[in-house]
Amino acid sequence: MTMPSHATSPHPQTLCAENVSVTYPGLHDSEPVVALQNVNLTIEPGEFVVALGASGCGKTTLLSLLAGFLSPTQGRIMLAGEPIVGPGADRGVVFQKHALLPWLNVLDNTEFGLKLQGVPRSQRRIRATQNLELVGLQDFHQHMIYQLSGGMQQRVGIARALTCDPAMLLMDEPMAALDALTRETIQELLLHIWQRTRKMFFFITHSVEEALFLGSRLIVMSPRPGRITHTFALDFNRRYLQEGNGRRIKSSPEFIDMREQVLSIIYGDERAAGPAGELHA
Amino acid sequence: MPRRASLLRSKPATPGKVYGAPGAGHSGHISLITSAVLIGLWFLVTSMGWVKPLFLPSPQAVYAKFLAAMSDGVAGSTLVEHAVASLTRVFGAFFLACVTAIPVGILMGVNRYARGIFDPPIEFYRPLPPLAYLPLVIIWFGIDEFPKIFLIYLAIFAPMAIAARAGVRSVSIEQIHAAYAMGGTPTQVILHVILKAALPEIFTGMRIGIGVGWTTLVAAEMVAADRGLGFMVLNAAQFLASDTVIMGIVVIGIFAFAFDLLVRYLERLAIPWKGRI
Repeated sequence: MTMPSHATSPHPQTLCAENVSVTYPGLHDSEPVVALQNVNLTIEPGEFVVALGASGCGKTTLLSLLAGFLSPTQGRIMLAGEPIVGPGADRGVVFQKHALLPWLNVLDNTEFGLKLQGVPRSQRRIRATQNLELVGLQDFHQHMIYQLSGGMQQRVGIARALTCDPAMLLMDEPMAALDALTRETIQELLLHIWQRTRKMFFFITHSVEEALFLGSRLIVMSPRPGRITHTFALDFNRRYLQEGNGRRIKSSPEFIDMREQVLSIIYGDERAAGPAGELHA
Repeated sequence: MPRRASLLRSKPATPGKVYGAPGAGHSGHISLITSAVLIGLWFLVTSMGWVKPLFLPSPQAVYAKFLAAMSDGVAGSTLVEHAVASLTRVFGAFFLACVTAIPVGILMGVNRYARGIFDPPIEFYRPLPPLAYLPLVIIWFGIDEFPKIFLIYLAIFAPMAIAARAGVRSVSIEQIHAAYAMGGTPTQVILHVILKAALPEIFTGMRIGIGVGWTTLVAAEMVAADRGLGFMVLNAAQFLASDTVIMGIVVIGIFAFAFDLLVRYLERLAIPWKGRI
């Protein structure tokens, strides 16, 4: 967990995946499955990278690699000049299903990571309280997780990950299970958090609109084998942070053009993958 | 075509209810009526003289026996002394099982070596009736207090260990990943995540375990006991004192039921999230 200081290099916290491949062994003598092939990805501090792609394109595999839950078959992944050898508090993860601890209340869930790290209680309280305020849950400290709505649970998940003060936040479709209204609210919340914290964000989604709205960079991935096929630089998120009207940005001609462009890429992939592509739901 | 019986065919639900939900609704008052009817039947058949007192003594006779056992004692000890002896054995065994079976079960859940080691002995002896290995326990450990507690302990251990092991599965892999991604160590993950997530199953195991403990009590007090509720019942059976037998059964049943209520109450306090996640 102790991070060596690279104060002299321009971007000390850069994440760098070099030529990374992941091959899963095939089940019952079937062919091994290439989940990721020759992926190169660099994430600079302050970047919001969104990975988008059809099912089975290796998005979640990529996130698992960055989180350290999985090691690559080939290639290497470095964070701040150090290879990633396992999960650690420098990379926070927000899951699709909240993965909070139901026996703890909101505040205790939020400070749970600091408790694991042995941070004294008073300090934990302060940092957890700050982050709960950041996600708008300052009035819900004592609530139990099951008393919250799905959107609020995800906010706690975000606050919990932020409280460990990670260099980067990894999010695996955190809004996939939320209703459309809540989803938009949390998208906007996430952008404000991103602006405030200037952390690296890596975000996986199925939704083209969500990807375009959130990302400063979009990587489009394609299945069989999983790889990055397109990369787009985006600035809809900065425009939102300046103008403050998410719906207007999402209905602007540039946004819609971009959306159709990305959709045609993804539909092309799905057609190429054929009906078997649906098996990897 | 004739209408099917209403028991098998749901009527449309009234507001606030769910159509077709199996077994929905309260049943407590029905249970109360059942109990009252059973006790009433007991009064009826004994007071009408339909059954000889040897086979079924009247409730009044059983109650009189209870009072006599409280004051004068039966089989050499008062009822309180019998109860204390039995409660010590059952709860001693239960306590030992809690501090050993739960860690073993958790360990079996998280470690394949522990699972490989403990699974064969536990699964082998678990279905055996305690009466079958009682002679062996006596041959090995004699006729003191220890073998009695040990027999009950063995009976409690298996269901509690299996429940704790199954409880490990209640944790989601995301909860574990989240803990690791916040800097947790494997030991912390077991203590702060897996053990907590397994608590509902552990409580279920405790309820099953203590129930098994009570059923093993009589077997444990079969040999070389001079005190205890099980001993009291067995001793009375030899003299065909069915009033004492029934009184002993009722006392054991009340203790077991009261403790089960206590555990259920503690369960609600300790795991309010059960079934709500």
